[in-house]
Amino acid sequence: MIAIIEYNAGNIRSVERACNHIGVDARITHDTKVIENASRIIFPGVGRAGAAMQSLRDNGLDVALKTAFDQGKPILVICIGAQLILDHSEEDDTPCLGLISGRTVRFRPADKQLKVPHIGWNNVRPTQPHPLLEHLGDDDEFYFANSYYPRPNDDSCCYASSHHGESFCAALGRKNLFATQFHPEKSGRVGLKLISAFSRWDGSLQPNAQ
Amino acid sequence: MLSKRLIACLDVRRGRLVKGVNFANIQDVGEPVEKAELYYQDGLDELVFYDITASGDKHPILLQFVEEVAERIFIPLSVGGGVSSVSDATDLRLAGAEKINLNTQAVLNPPLITQCAKAIGSQSTVLSIDVRRTVRSPEIPSGYEIVIEGGRRPTNLDALMWVEQGVQLGAGEIVVNSIDADGAGNGYDLELTKTIVDRVPVPVIASGGAGKPEHLAEVLKVAGADAALVASMVHFGTYRTSELKHYLHQQGLKVRISW
Repeated sequence: MIAIIEYNAGNIRSVERACNHIGVDARITHDTKVIENASRIIFPGVGRAGAAMQSLRDNGLDVALKTAFDQGKPILVICIGAQLILDHSEEDDTPCLGLISGRTVRFRPADKQLKVPHIGWNNVRPTQPHPLLEHLGDDDEFYFANSYYPRPNDDSCCYASSHHGESFCAALGRKNLFATQFHPEKSGRVGLKLISAFSRWDGSLQPNAQ
Repeated sequence: MLSKRLIACLDVRRGRLVKGVNFANIQDVGEPVEKAELYYQDGLDELVFYDITASGDKHPILLQFVEEVAERIFIPLSVGGGVSSVSDATDLRLAGAEKINLNTQAVLNPPLITQCAKAIGSQSTVLSIDVRRTVRSPEIPSGYEIVIEGGRRPTNLDALMWVEQGVQLGAGEIVVNSIDADGAGNGYDLELTKTIVDRVPVPVIASGGAGKPEHLAEVLKVAGADAALVASMVHFGTYRTSELKHYLHQQGLKVRISW
């Protein structure tokens, strides 16, 4: 069973629906016991950094996530979650979880024709192999809705990039943790494939046997 | 680089799909969930539902309907029509809406934009405006007036000033509906769209008037819109969404062609 971490009000049921649609057993929960017993974890993104971190801490979910990460449990992190796993977010000047070293920064395109928020479908190009990106085709695009993006300190933590005035990290990871700035649950077939691959992922960086 | 988006708008009344011309002459054009799924399978980038049910107890029907759609389609779903409080917005989000469209209620109560942006984020708070051309005046220097309540009530509010204020209040995207062009199939109001694209730093969705694929290409290229919204063109089966996407691609526009 996959535990989808509930914190704050938001559109996290869309992640659950996407899982159900592809026949993956997933449950929304804020119960740290359920999270402890789950085989995998999805940490979805909702709201703003400040409020989200507050809500995680209030419910002990920051500790639950860190514990699961240390145990080697496969974790998929989505959208603002991908910003919260770094050390700090520029949004609301928020100290974050620090599972990957780095900071979340705002888009400030020099070209005024480029709009912020960065909303819509964009190409995602792998910068190094990862089991969860194996199925990706050259023309595949994912749906984004973000004004901020993750900037890991170590390039080796970045697994895919996209472009919006500048190249930015669209997917990052470390060990058993994989995070996407885009929304796989809103990205049609290609997104569902990623979630499906995650449901089979053992958390290792070796190419998937399946 | 971002792709230009093709968005289909479904006007829904009591759970049925309807379509009018110049905001009037509403006709029933089918079952919305089926249409939504068809478009999703055929390469549509985003769906918008406007609930135009007039009755007061429409909220539960709309929520149930949004849930039904969200179980079957996995592209962004935007919902509008009578959202008048943050709890309306968060209820719709929980039901499966990625974005909430504010229109009349934002004009009547501008702080609602900020409240929604705080609760669900700017990227999910869409300001939708219905605009009619009028004579320029000190109140409406641009000659574009905001009209509310489904095109029935003029406001004496300048459209350009209103979108700027809306963005300052927290709107993360603007839908520009031209009442003059709506449903006529003679093309989008390019001038209006371009004026707003140039004025605001957030994405702009052009709406109202699309009748031919050429209209989409021109509003995306000439007016610089980030997305083109269609309704009649696809609802009556005149064009398939995939056909429109491939046309735009052939015209050299960056669109999503793999789905």
